[in-house]
Amino acid sequence: MSESSPILEARGLVKTLGGNRVLENVSLNIGRGRVKVLIGPSGAGKSTLLQCLNLLIPPDSGRVLLEGSEIDARNRRELCSFRQQVGMIFQDFNLFDHLSALDNVRVALMKVRRMSKLDATERAVAELTRVGLADKAALYPANLSGGQKQRVAIARALAMDPKVMLLDEPTSALDPELIGEVLAVIRDLAQGGMTMILATHQISFSAGLADEFIFMERGRIVEQGSPAELLAKGANSRTKAFCAKISELTGEADAEFRQ
Amino acid sequence: MSTPYLEFLSTELGPGLVAGLWTSLVVIGPSVLLGALIGLTVGVLRVYGPVPVRFVANGYVSLFRGTPLVVQVFFWYFALPFIKIGGVSIVLDPIPAAIVSFALCSGAYQSEYIRGGLNSIKRGQIRAAMALGMTTRQAVTSVVLPQAFRRALPGCGNEIVYLIKYSSLASLITVNELTGTATTIAKNSWRNIEVFCTLGVFYLFLVTVATGLLRLLEDWLSVPGFERPKS
Ligand SMILES: Nc1ncnc2c1ncn2[C@@H]1O[C@H](COP(=O)(O)OP(=O)(O)O)[C@@H](O)[C@H]1O
Ligand SMILES: [Mg+2]
Repeated sequence: MSESSPILEARGLVKTLGGNRVLENVSLNIGRGRVKVLIGPSGAGKSTLLQCLNLLIPPDSGRVLLEGSEIDARNRRELCSFRQQVGMIFQDFNLFDHLSALDNVRVALMKVRRMSKLDATERAVAELTRVGLADKAALYPANLSGGQKQRVAIARALAMDPKVMLLDEPTSALDPELIGEVLAVIRDLAQGGMTMILATHQISFSAGLADEFIFMERGRIVEQGSPAELLAKGANSRTKAFCAKISELTGEADAEFRQ
Repeated sequence: MSTPYLEFLSTELGPGLVAGLWTSLVVIGPSVLLGALIGLTVGVLRVYGPVPVRFVANGYVSLFRGTPLVVQVFFWYFALPFIKIGGVSIVLDPIPAAIVSFALCSGAYQSEYIRGGLNSIKRGQIRAAMALGMTTRQAVTSVVLPQAFRRALPGCGNEIVYLIKYSSLASLITVNELTGTATTIAKNSWRNIEVFCTLGVFYLFLVTVATGLLRLLEDWLSVPGFERPKS
């Protein structure tokens, strides 16, 4: 069980929101250094799944395991320490608006990891440098571009030394000319061996990155497999049909899938 | 023939009102601080507290916003001593009774501004804070409250200005603050116009100073995205 032992695993997640079955018995697992890409139409349940994976949304039933041990969502300590180890990137950045870029990265280091201000500053500067924003450390979210905000959010998550990162459409809220800088950071992360589950509509980008595509529809995983396999010429997959539809609409697709 | 106004002011009215001003400050200062503290606490509980606590907190606000302040002042001063629990009753001196009334009433209003400020902060930021491993309490204290407070500050400042003015009601329970002192001087001198106009100037002065201090606080807390609207 050593080679294949997953870092993060979900078994039988079920979630009902407002009377809708949003997740219908979803199971998945991800091994160290792997990249899995979640695709599927808007409303498929990708965001809900990602937030169930770090228990920001408590599933109605099902289990989440980190490195083989089940997380008890009722144990607050365990829950907080678990979330620390699972980095999360949101579509709309969710930076802390009253804090500079530096403080956005530093605040959890000091409050959660109890680092000294000096150590936290050093670490925060290192992470901002890693995403190419060392010179923007003093700026506030109101004065950063969308791409820069998302990179600060990535630096903020990385500073917690996560074992796995969940990225929920990290470029969907960005103007087209700003998408590239964020994708470049994500590519660097993947190449550096970060374990990631990424929901995105950037098909060609993620095909070059993903070990596996997971296609979701109406709260279920409908298909999964390597991008090469699912997108192969002549393949008759739902994934391929969906991707064809997206690339047909490039540009508009991005706006349409915002929510 | 009575003495000229300036002489009246420097010998009788001025010294009297300055003494009253100090008493007013003794009432206003603690009322503002307690009111802000109550407002902050109740505001947070109304948004993030467990349901029964929210219920109680909302009840408090309805009660204290829904009854005239004069009635509340009279209650704490005149009625409270008659309430005996286990043979013990609480009798408040005039100044403490005034402070209790004003702080509780002000807290109810302040909590409205704090609640509005809290609700104006997008839930996404709390989710982001929790995703970093913060507890709900840490997310509220280090992420939501600092922003909510900035958003609530203009409203809270307004409420403090009101408090300065309604502190005059303390004169009804024999506190010799500005208004109480002025009333006494007016009775003795029969110079109502001069006395009450001068009294008005004193309040104007207090409010102006308070407004200036609040501006300074707003500027000090100002960060990009949370600036004071420049008019
Ligand atoms: N709080 C909620 N209450 C009711 N329905 C919700 C709620 N959040 C999401 N949903 C519904 O759940 C479904 C899945 O949503 P989501 O996970 O955001 O999908 P995706 O990220 O794939 O677009 C959608 O149909 C959405 O309308
Ligand atoms: Mg989504």
